[in-house]
Amino acid sequence: MISIENLSKQYGTARVVDDVSMTIDPHTITVIVGTSGSGKSTLLRMINRLVEPTSGRVLIDGADTAGEPAHLLRRRIGYAIQSHGLFPHRTVAENIATVPELLRWERARIRGRVEELLTVFQLDPATYADKFPHQLSGGQQQRVGVARALAAEPNVLLMDEPFGALDPIIRGKAQEDLLDIHRRYGTTVILVTHDMDEAFRLGDRIAVMSAGKVLQYDRPAVLLTQPADPFVARMTGSADRALKLLSLTNVSEAAKPGTAPGPPIPESASLRDALSELMWRGTESAGIIDASGQPAGCVTIEAILAHGRAH
Amino acid sequence: MARVAPYLRIAALALLLAFLLQPQRFAPLFAPLTQYGAPAIYDQGNLLELTLAHLGTVLLAAAASTIVAVALGIGVTRQSGAEFLPLSRTLVNVGQTFPPVAVLALAVPLVGFGEKPTLIALFAYGLLPIFENTIVGLKSCPSALLEAASGMGLSNWQRLRSVELPLAMPMILEGVRLSLVINVGTATIGSTVAAKGLGEVIIAGLLSNNTAFILQGGLVTGLMAILLYDAMAVLERRHFGALRVD
Repeated sequence: MISIENLSKQYGTARVVDDVSMTIDPHTITVIVGTSGSGKSTLLRMINRLVEPTSGRVLIDGADTAGEPAHLLRRRIGYAIQSHGLFPHRTVAENIATVPELLRWERARIRGRVEELLTVFQLDPATYADKFPHQLSGGQQQRVGVARALAAEPNVLLMDEPFGALDPIIRGKAQEDLLDIHRRYGTTVILVTHDMDEAFRLGDRIAVMSAGKVLQYDRPAVLLTQPADPFVARMTGSADRALKLLSLTNVSEAAKPGTAPGPPIPESASLRDALSELMWRGTESAGIIDASGQPAGCVTIEAILAHGRAH
Repeated sequence: MARVAPYLRIAALALLLAFLLQPQRFAPLFAPLTQYGAPAIYDQGNLLELTLAHLGTVLLAAAASTIVAVALGIGVTRQSGAEFLPLSRTLVNVGQTFPPVAVLALAVPLVGFGEKPTLIALFAYGLLPIFENTIVGLKSCPSALLEAASGMGLSNWQRLRSVELPLAMPMILEGVRLSLVINVGTATIGSTVAAKGLGEVIIAGLLSNNTAFILQGGLVTGLMAILLYDAMAVLERRHFGALRVD
């Protein structure tokens, strides 16, 4: 668990981060979202002390992060940035091995870890391990950047606009990869973005920042249905909020007993996808199947619409 | 063109070695430049020994310039040393603008005749290109890279050693190369204060009005400068050809 307590950062007279307190549960993805200059990156960097707080403190699992040298703290915390920051004079494998090398892991363990991560990120070790960063595509560089951040099995991964430089299709893929990685390793992820759609797609919880303050920190659905502030409502976008809300809910939540004709919808699909599918087919209802392919009730347009209403 | 260059380089090296090892064989070539039956080939010392002494002085001075200029360049690009940049730059510039002959004149009363004043003059003269290139090389490291390095937990020293210096190395070597080549030529003035070197041959030519001597001293010095320049270029390409910063 990460506890941020009354954290502030002051540059001259400007208070970039202003008395922020929040608690981040382990094994969750927390997204800090805000406009540029809102202080979101500074807040993130105070967690691994790339920026030293003016006041307040950060506790990781109860231990004050100010209690150890900053560079040792950072070796336990993964860090991935927008322009990936890969070392151009080192191969992909050497880049990924950076932190394990600093931690003096055994050679065999490092090699095993590098191969494992390359495989997880769908980069064939035999092909890519000895390539230099400039020989990779933008999407591949970004994946190596995240692999490098995860190399030493950190419990916490900080990401500063990690997908900002990618085109929409590759960004979507990178977001899916991140969700996979998160399921696989259970890493606590704190991600900074200015893209609200990205925040809704990835975040278990979202913190909306403006002018150094956290305006609201809650589950995505709460941000939509009960925005604490007009700015939050503006950020979340009022025009398509019903559809956003539907995209946050799984079909299984709206399931009723019974069956329906036509191809069934997997229960992990969102209500937004289910609605789209039903509109496309021109039918009122469809069957649902669970992960093992067994029927799990049915869903109707009416039930879906009910979930999109402001409560 | 690129295919011819290595052969030219080898030919130049072969010519230089042949001349230094068997200078008398080249006597017919230089004979037309002499008057009143003066010797065509420098005969007051061994040309090979003089060349090696010349090269030794230049390399020693370059090594000292490199160590000091790189250390200074690293120092003033650190946060804590930034305020010393203008002062260091002034000092290094003085080393370059102050004529080496004047340095010799000032150094002789302090350290005596011989190799020492020459080393001092070359050292001061060679600082500037290395110093400026070190600064450019270190400052051109992309800030995202430095942030990533610190963010992963490299200490400042580790970051300097394993990220900043390797990336700045091509620029630093470029500075060393420039400094070396300038000083191969400049070192000839050392002979005015009795340092062993090729300047001796040129001065002997000037004193006895023997154009052949002047030409010999000049040609050997020039060939050496060109070969050193090339050798450094090859070294840089070998080691850093694959390096890209994006």
